Amino acid sequence: AAMSRKGVKLLVDSLTRSAKHFNKSEVECLVNLFDTLVARASSQFAGAGFDRTVFRDTLHSAFGMTDDVVLDRVFSTFDRGNNGCITVVEWVEGLAVLLRGTLEEKMKYCFAVYDLNGDGYISREEMFQMLKNSLLIQPADEEPDEGIKDLVEIALKKMDYDHDGKLSFEDFEKAVRDEKLLLEAFGPCLPDIK
Amino acid sequence: IFSKASSSLEDLGESSSETDEDEQPIRRQEGGTDLSPEYWGIQKLAKYIKGGDPTATLIALCSMRDLNLSQEVCQLAIKDTGCLEVLINLLDTEEIKCQTGSLKILKEISQNALIRHAIADLGGLEIMVKILDSPDTDLKCLAAETIANVARFKRARKTVRQHGGIKRLVELLESISVESSSQAEDTETARCGALALWSCSKSTKNKKAIRKAGGIPLLARWLKCSHTNILIPIVGTLQECASEPSYRLAIRTEGMIEDLVKNLSSEHEELQMHCASAIFKCAEDEETRDLVRKHEGLQPLSALLDKSENKQLLAAVTGAIWKCAISRENVLKFQEYKTIETLVTLLTDQPEEVLINVIGALAECCQEQENRGAIRRCGGIAPIVKLLTETNHALLVNVNKAVGGCAMEPENMLIIDSLDGVRLLWSLLKNPNPDVQASAAWALCPCVENAKNSGEMVRSLVGGLELIVNLLKSKDKEVLTSVCAAIANIAKDQENLAVMTDHGVVPLLSKLANTNNNKLRRHLAEAIAHCCMWGSNRVAFGETKAVAPLVRYLKAKDPLVHRATALALYQLSEDPNNCVIMHENGVVKV
Repeated sequence: AAMSRKGVKLLVDSLTRSAKHFNKSEVECLVNLFDTLVARASSQFAGAGFDRTVFRDTLHSAFGMTDDVVLDRVFSTFDRGNNGCITVVEWVEGLAVLLRGTLEEKMKYCFAVYDLNGDGYISREEMFQMLKNSLLIQPADEEPDEGIKDLVEIALKKMDYDHDGKLSFEDFEKAVRDEKLLLEAFGPCLPDIK
Repeated sequence: IFSKASSSLEDLGESSSETDEDEQPIRRQEGGTDLSPEYWGIQKLAKYIKGGDPTATLIALCSMRDLNLSQEVCQLAIKDTGCLEVLINLLDTEEIKCQTGSLKILKEISQNALIRHAIADLGGLEIMVKILDSPDTDLKCLAAETIANVARFKRARKTVRQHGGIKRLVELLESISVESSSQAEDTETARCGALALWSCSKSTKNKKAIRKAGGIPLLARWLKCSHTNILIPIVGTLQECASEPSYRLAIRTEGMIEDLVKNLSSEHEELQMHCASAIFKCAEDEETRDLVRKHEGLQPLSALLDKSENKQLLAAVTGAIWKCAISRENVLKFQEYKTIETLVTLLTDQPEEVLINVIGALAECCQEQENRGAIRRCGGIAPIVKLLTETNHALLVNVNKAVGGCAMEPENMLIIDSLDGVRLLWSLLKNPNPDVQASAAWALCPCVENAKNSGEMVRSLVGGLELIVNLLKSKDKEVLTSVCAAIANIAKDQENLAVMTDHGVVPLLSKLANTNNNKLRRHLAEAIAHCCMWGSNRVAFGETKAVAPLVRYLKAKDPLVHRATALALYQLSEDPNNCVIMHENGVVKV
């Protein structure tokens, strides 16, 4: 159902405050984009939002993000209501972090993406999942999984500060503060600057 | 004949400029043939960099930084495993994060000379120069800083220039305003750019390239910034380039002397040293010497003499003082600051580099009579004379000048003589270096003039007169000129003149007569004039054809030449044959 003009204005104001990183006209654009996407989506959610498929396609075409595992996780971080539908609020606030987040916000976001089961830790198995296609050239005399397992160990050695065999958010934060390049350690989940 | 005392002072000379590693550095043989654990560790990581996607590559790169990259074992392992090539290949991609990760490692390991050469051989420099165009600031800084490390040898510096690196570095610095360098990002960019420029500026062609790219006004601008870690490479670059006259001119005309003087009062000794070095080089020019005084630079220079533990700083400061002291007004100022007394304390226990400058400064200060006395009063004569036994040529030249300066006072001469100074000076006439010979001969002039019982003193040097007469066979103009001047003085003593005549001084002097060099002409004429006063020397000069050339001297424009020549001709004219020759050569007309 379309909103009244006043309703739109209230929404834009409220979003500008909560999302923090966009100005009013930018929020307006995003809201308009949202409406377009909703129109494209199935009417499953009765116009309240759009689903996973539309989300993935949009991020793919807008930011060139292709990794399905990652995209799934990004959807989950956006979908705070956890109902498989992205509302306009979730949309704008999610993009705020993606495009203009502070280092703190981005760290939380990336960690959430990488924490596949949402239990507050990135485990060896989760790391394996995310890195399993990262070794393009395998040495012939090695088991294919060995290479990835070793890489997981290397990553843990680098980032597991409390030595409990898994990465808590504190571990991750410390590692990124020490070396900013590790923000997207387990796969690109932020849009490219270019 | 007379012993030349060998130097007992050890050679403590430190060179302030980096030794250039032009040839391929030699690898030290490591003990044992087993590959180090570092080798295996790096090889493992290299696997992911070579065969992994950007995500895997980044994890490996970040992990590699945890290895002790400042250790040679690690550095060499990176090269031996082929990882170095991989790192350089990464630079050639468009993956900013991978380029960044790679440069962070390259920056560290390029501290190693072998690695530097390898990076250059693998074409790494060209790629780094290209990266200077990147929009990513962190990446640019890393590239610049790495270039600064690699460019520590000649071939690398050439490569940077040939690929447009100098231009880009200048543009990098131009793109930031000095005022906005309060922003951390801008400060870092300026610092790294300046470091790279400094490194590159060590090659002569690069100094020219920097100038052509508009580097001089740029350096002038950045000289006004307040961040020490930017100032140091900027002044370092200026100081390096100040060996070129065009830079010295610009430093003077663009008002940079004022900024250099200001920074002499910095708290950072490295900055003070580079400022003093720049002044040292620029003070070759009189206008600069005046500017240093006008901007009140002489006092801080004098005060810096107290920082005597920092030898590099001390060498730079004493050098600056030396050159500034060439101007008399500056010497007068130094007198006010009691600089001379402080310099005398620096005559012992100092590295050669410092001594050369200290003695040079004292030599210049001897221009003023007041100072010749001051040196004596604070006990300076003895250490100066002691330095006559040194072996460094540059040092000896300055010592000779200082001894000569002091010898202008009879009271000083007493001390010099009592310390065997004249014999030591005379020994230096045997030194293979012509500059040393000439400066020794010049110094002997006031010695002979002012010594008590001068004639006897000279005679007491066994073989001394023969030695000096034989120096008239030298090919060096300055040696000839100074020896003539000395002979003119020695010949005032009849007995010594007789001995010199026996050694053939007359024909040797005559042989020199055909010269156009006015300085030589003047002293030669004086020598001839004084040598006339013995036996049949006047006639001998006529027979050895000295007279006609002398007449021609009167055509010279130099009044000093005229005076000396007139004196000589007057003496020679007591022999009628000579008068004939003079008349034939139109002396009356002239």
